[in-house]
Amino acid sequence: MLKFIKKIFGRNQQTAQQALDNVVTAPLSDAQLQSIRTITVNHYEPPQFLVTSAQSVGRQRELNEDSLFTLSTTIAGHSSNAPFGLFIIADGMGGHQYGEIASNTALRVISGYILKKFHNSLFNIPSMPVEESLQEVMSAAIMEAQRVILNEAPGSGTTVTAALVLGQQLTIGHVGDSRAYLLYNDQRIDAITRDHSLVRRLEELGQITAAEAAVHPQRNVLYRALGQGETLDPDLSTVPFPVGSYLLICSDGLWGVVPDDEIKKIIFEAPTLQRACQNLVSAANAAGGPDNISAILVQSLG
Amino acid sequence: METQRIDGPGNVEDRSEIGQLNSGTNLGNRYLIQEVIGVGGMGSVYRARDLHFPNVVKLVAVKEMINQAPDPLVRQTIVQNFEREANILATLSHPSIPRIYDYFTLDNRSYLVLEFVNGKDLEVILSQSEGHIAEEQVLAWGIELCDVLAFLHGHKPDPIVFRDMKPSNVMINQHNHIVLVDFGIAKSFQSGQKGTMIGTEGYSPPEQYRGEATAQADIYALGATLHHLLTRRDPRLEPPFSFAERPIRKMNPNVSMEFETVVNTALQYNAEDRYKTIEDFKEALVNVGRKTGLLNRINISSPTSKSVLNNDIKPVWAFQCEDELRGTPVLHNGVVYIGCYDNNLYALSASSGEFQWKYPADGGIVSRPAVYDDAIYFGSEDHRLHAVSIRTGKLVWSYYTEGRIRSSPRISDNHVFFGSDDTCLHAVNIATNREAWKAETGSEVRSSPFIVNEMIYFGNEIGDFFALDYRGNIKWRFKAKRSITSSPCVYDNVVYFTSMDSHLYALDAKSGWLIWRFRMDKPSIVSPAAVDNLVIAGSADGHIYAVDVKAAREVWRFKTEHQVNGSPVIYKDCVYCGSVDGYLYCIEYKTGRLRWKFETKGPITGTPLVYDEIVYVGSHDHFIYALLA
Ligand SMILES: Nc1ncnc2c1ncn2[C@@H]1O[C@H](COP(=O)(O)OP(=O)(O)OP(=O)(O)O)[C@@H](O)[C@H]1O
Ligand SMILES: [Mg+2]
Repeated sequence: MLKFIKKIFGRNQQTAQQALDNVVTAPLSDAQLQSIRTITVNHYEPPQFLVTSAQSVGRQRELNEDSLFTLSTTIAGHSSNAPFGLFIIADGMGGHQYGEIASNTALRVISGYILKKFHNSLFNIPSMPVEESLQEVMSAAIMEAQRVILNEAPGSGTTVTAALVLGQQLTIGHVGDSRAYLLYNDQRIDAITRDHSLVRRLEELGQITAAEAAVHPQRNVLYRALGQGETLDPDLSTVPFPVGSYLLICSDGLWGVVPDDEIKKIIFEAPTLQRACQNLVSAANAAGGPDNISAILVQSLG
Repeated sequence: METQRIDGPGNVEDRSEIGQLNSGTNLGNRYLIQEVIGVGGMGSVYRARDLHFPNVVKLVAVKEMINQAPDPLVRQTIVQNFEREANILATLSHPSIPRIYDYFTLDNRSYLVLEFVNGKDLEVILSQSEGHIAEEQVLAWGIELCDVLAFLHGHKPDPIVFRDMKPSNVMINQHNHIVLVDFGIAKSFQSGQKGTMIGTEGYSPPEQYRGEATAQADIYALGATLHHLLTRRDPRLEPPFSFAERPIRKMNPNVSMEFETVVNTALQYNAEDRYKTIEDFKEALVNVGRKTGLLNRINISSPTSKSVLNNDIKPVWAFQCEDELRGTPVLHNGVVYIGCYDNNLYALSASSGEFQWKYPADGGIVSRPAVYDDAIYFGSEDHRLHAVSIRTGKLVWSYYTEGRIRSSPRISDNHVFFGSDDTCLHAVNIATNREAWKAETGSEVRSSPFIVNEMIYFGNEIGDFFALDYRGNIKWRFKAKRSITSSPCVYDNVVYFTSMDSHLYALDAKSGWLIWRFRMDKPSIVSPAAVDNLVIAGSADGHIYAVDVKAAREVWRFKTEHQVNGSPVIYKDCVYCGSVDGYLYCIEYKTGRLRWKFETKGPITGTPLVYDEIVYVGSHDHFIYALLA
């Protein structure tokens, strides 16, 4: 009763909590970050993201056809500012002309489209809320990228995995076989995207095992990619991004050669987020680096 | 390039930019190339005139295959394979297989000269036709394809598996008969490609990707081809092995169920579930033709839909009130409470339906009461919130608002929260029976608040949706296009509600950002229920929908015979929901399959209550029913 009256009539004194500096504009030292990561009981107010990324051409390709985009900021919301993040990886098709053009176009068009949609809330005093839903914006951005690629780089193709994070909601738009994973506090790792690949389908139907898929001669065959075919049906989904968990987005240059368990181990054992991301790329290169490697790693603090 | 050359290709001048032979080229000093008639994986197909017949125009088809292997030894093996296969083909004699006249290799290109088929392949026919190809036509082609496959499968000494059945490999000649044009002879020319590739073959069965190619593979691929012809949906543009997700009759309702069933059997993932032999497949197709009358087709109606699901469900009990039951019951300590349009709140024994007491308000009761401690709370059209003793059925206190109350009270932290037509959301302190605060919203609040994490969620009749904190301050607000009469539910930090603008909305509970919206065919006042990553709602369009919460995709929809205005509840593996058609439906929420339905004599617009294996539901027929869940 008393508790309720307090809630209703008097604001609870917030335990004074230093807000963490924005890591994008003022990167913290490894030591500082490590202390942040180990004190997981910490409560961050307002909630925020730690973001890092790493890329490598790999050890067997001359060209980098992967493209990567990260943006982390805050957005003016209906009540208070919410953390806003946009993270994209696109993997241009080898063997196709303009693979790197396709992946880069996907990235620019999608990020540009989404930021334009949220322009008012990001760069202005918002007057009108965005009418479309997060999933509608994501879907429209991908369709726009599809249109531009068909026009500007016909015959090329690219995967794209884009994550729009608003507060604790993670909205994913996905085509192809780049992947997004969530790693939870309890050390679980979950792929939250589904590869649009032939072997993945065969695996789902129980026709081949995961081990057979990993070495299948046609493991690189996709059935859906940006820039291919008239109709495109991107996967859209929104899942919670719980406080303390990690979001990993990567191209098949990483997941194709580093098993999930090892990915998990690298992330949970590294002293800092930056180090974790670099170690992921190193592990892929150590395993031969057959393809371009891209990784984005985000932690949600709150 | 118009110049004619005598000494065959090899000269760059004879080739167009993309490496095709130009018309007028004299190939191998015998075949005068006329034009490109097809493009295959490994080269082009030309129409040519055989110059060995100078006095007549004898047309042939010349299929060119480019040998791209860099290693001379590999190249040689490829050519040998090609010649061996050409020799086998040359011995085949069947009206649906073009004759092979000749083959030869020039530099890195091998050529096969075959009977020219004057017609179009099925891929071209599909792309040039508008609308669906007639079922009987597809059936007739299918039967012929079975015949030629049976011929190949029966080949001695070794059966021949065609391996590459698909529309582009089937030509229809001028007499409307089929001809198989591609014997995969080009396959050996395909070198292993590196890097990520796009596109799958689309027609091949799963086991072919394990390196198995048996007669069952041809059966599957023929099924895939027929599926493509009937639905016009190109499997190469769809996820592999996803035919089951595109039921033929859903894409093309004109097709008979029999035909669909036969094609589905051929398309089973596991080879042993398909037809054992191509002859069996043919027989099944012939039977489709017999049953449906092939050309003078009769309409077959589906026998399953009107089945006997209202199988004499007897209520455990039923109790008759004096007017329509529009409200939702609540159960507490073995007693069911329900408000009625006759102004009374009834208390009935949950096990027997025996009357305990009734309490008269001064207006109808359409909401769902709430029990807390020894009292039951409910609003009425008489503008009041009533607090009635559950032991005596007597009024303990009441609280006046300035409008009718249709919103159901929710109790949390010693306060009752509810909306009123006076445009406010009220918070009333239970201990003092006094207003703690009220929040003005600008329009009637008929939506019942949902309370979680010290936040209060509800909508109003001009389509505003609110998240208030415990002090009545607006944390965020969202605008729908029309009124929000439904009551929200919060599941996994997402708030779901429906609106008269026909959408089911999903908003981030914390910030109010719109995550997705799902469009139904008509307006809705149905309060959604969420379970197992599904959110279930209904609409005036008569459907109950299950939508995937992550992907915002419809998982199933269930059609009732009238508007769905009552809200669903989940119990165990089923969803229970009433409809204005008078039925209470019990539907498996994972599949959308009807388990049973129960008919009342009036619309059901309230929400059922399920407790301890019993469903309680009120109907406009004045009865409240207790049924076995
Ligand atoms: N004998 C023929 N008479 C007329 N047209 C033909 C003949 N053979 C092939 N064609 C045409 O050429 C097209 C390609 O031929 P074919 O399927 O043999 O080539 P391919 O290289 O095997 O292609 P893919 O392996 O990609 O199917 C056919 O779809 C058909 O339209
Ligand atoms: Mg062909």
